[in-house]
Amino acid sequence: MLNNSFQDPGLSHKILNQISEYKKELRIMEVCGSHTMAIGKWALRKLLPPNIQLISGPGCPVCVTPVSYIDALISLKSLTITVFGDLLRLPGSLTTLETARAQGLDVRLVFSPLDALKIAQKQETVFAGIGFETTTPGIAHTIRLAQENNITNFSVLPAFKLIPPALKYLLLADDVEIDAFLLPGHVSAIIGSNAYSFLPAQFDTSGVISGFEPLDILLAIKMIIDILESGKNAIENEYQRVVSPSGNLQAQNIMNQVLYPRDACWRGLGIIPASGLAIKPEFSRFDATQKYDLDISYYEPPSPCRCADILKGKILPPQCPLFADSCSPAHPIGPCMVSSEGSCAAYYKYER
Amino acid sequence: MPLIINMKDKIITLAHGSGARLTQKLISIVFAASFNMTELSDYATIEHNMVVTTDAHVIKPLFFPGGDIGRLAVTGTVNDIAVSGAVPAYLLATFIIEEGFAVSDLQKIVASMQETALEAGVRIIAGDTKVVEKHNAEGLYITTTGIGFLPPNCHLSTSKIALNDNIFINNFIGEHTIAIINSRNQLNLNPPPCSDCAPLNHLIQKMLTCSDIHFMRDATRGGIATILNEVFDDCALGIIIEESALPISSPTQAISDLLGLEPLYMANEGVIVTFAASQPRQLLSTMQNHKYGKNAARIGYVTNEVKGVYLRTSLGSLRPLPMLNADPLPRIC
Repeated sequence: MLNNSFQDPGLSHKILNQISEYKKELRIMEVCGSHTMAIGKWALRKLLPPNIQLISGPGCPVCVTPVSYIDALISLKSLTITVFGDLLRLPGSLTTLETARAQGLDVRLVFSPLDALKIAQKQETVFAGIGFETTTPGIAHTIRLAQENNITNFSVLPAFKLIPPALKYLLLADDVEIDAFLLPGHVSAIIGSNAYSFLPAQFDTSGVISGFEPLDILLAIKMIIDILESGKNAIENEYQRVVSPSGNLQAQNIMNQVLYPRDACWRGLGIIPASGLAIKPEFSRFDATQKYDLDISYYEPPSPCRCADILKGKILPPQCPLFADSCSPAHPIGPCMVSSEGSCAAYYKYER
Repeated sequence: MPLIINMKDKIITLAHGSGARLTQKLISIVFAASFNMTELSDYATIEHNMVVTTDAHVIKPLFFPGGDIGRLAVTGTVNDIAVSGAVPAYLLATFIIEEGFAVSDLQKIVASMQETALEAGVRIIAGDTKVVEKHNAEGLYITTTGIGFLPPNCHLSTSKIALNDNIFINNFIGEHTIAIINSRNQLNLNPPPCSDCAPLNHLIQKMLTCSDIHFMRDATRGGIATILNEVFDDCALGIIIEESALPISSPTQAISDLLGLEPLYMANEGVIVTFAASQPRQLLSTMQNHKYGKNAARIGYVTNEVKGVYLRTSLGSLRPLPMLNADPLPRIC
């Protein structure tokens, strides 16, 4: 199998030895939640030398979805609500979709927005439009299909997020210390490696796009070290078997056709300028915020939860006073505990 | 009056039925507390050598590649009896049928039950039938109660598990869950993955005669990882599982990676976890010579190197394999 060669123990340890020769402190943020999960799954932190710290960033789309969004979905009592799996346990201000379902709300788990469109042929259906650049093109395509086939029972509640504006936001915050980024593989497959050229140009920061196998991640860390040693900032691409410089143009076109950028609220971080995507006016009949006059005005309930600091890479999950105490996967408080990709859930599961 | 401890959760959600930590809490706080039960088990030994168990079967869809609710209702209960060391002998079956259900489907399911009972060598001797109004059940639910008899001097228990015991499984893991995910969500995988649903009592009897077996459990809801954690909760001995030794078929591995799910936490219907004292070769060849043990492997061992259940990844790093609170959910991307 192709993947097995990217899990080769001999090669992994060879790269780990090379990484161990680097003695300076190095703080790398893995932006993507799937990287966080892979790092935990292979217990890579235990294999890396202690001077190399991996910090989990804001790259889990479920984690950064605001409380008001879940409240808005739960308010849609008489409709069928279709969601990707891990959104079920994301807490709103009072409850989760999982509990609301047990109380009678019609919530269905789907693997694709096209499944939601199928359900919409029978009944009024809302799809929870969550995701980064990876998931968003498929949802934009579904909205276009609904338009072409005049499926008026279908709408999307948008909470799409973009990765590059979030990176900019992190680098502009003065309390964030990150030496380099391990850049997301799937998102980059869509937006291309060129999309990160602002990192060295405007922020003197480097990054390497990485795949999700252990060898990918270790090699990307080695590449980051090489860039830092060379003294010249750069973006490099370890995941060349999937990611091209300009990305997937067809997917970019579909997004541009159906959606437009606007400010978005990230749970734990607040409003980030032009970091989200809204549905264009010509597709407004598929926009659930308009169709049902939903107020998803952004609010963040006050809480001792330190997800904001975790997402900024300031502290590790165990440093939050709630971690593994009043906040656990069974009863998550902060967004990072909810998704199995969230930093806190990954820590709870793999690193305690 | 028994002490009623309040659950943090006010209502039952699907997570309480996952077989993981939330199910355990529900059983101990609501059921065991009221029934004055000291031991939580899905079977009980009565009259010295009689083992009884009961199991409710709810599955969607009712027919799936590799089985149907009828075969499942027999194998689930037969296997629960067999892992105690007892020889399963009799089953009782209760049918809850939704108004409108096709008689021809019911006949197919019952024929499958009889065929599976013959394969297992058990007799279905009594039962009950209830019909409920449309929408008050989904198609058909079957509850089976099993009775079996322990051979003399057969006593399997977590208290017998000792340091350096080897841990074995008989088959690929995750096959049932992947088959159900594929059928339920019409993923149209080709060829369709097949459930491992099978009566394991004959295999288990062979294993018991050839080796010093300490404990067995069928790895249904919650999967291998949940059982290993239950064992640790009971006997407080560390467990290390070797990732490179786990029998996982490549389609199952690929689909699990795609959905962000882990086969170690997936439900199986034809997998038993066995703790046995040494001699892995003899036990393994006995298992591998049986049709439901062809992919048998030694997957780990009992140790005092760790406290808890750990997985040694194929890179050599150790990570905890905790009991989850509820079923893992498929991930967004």
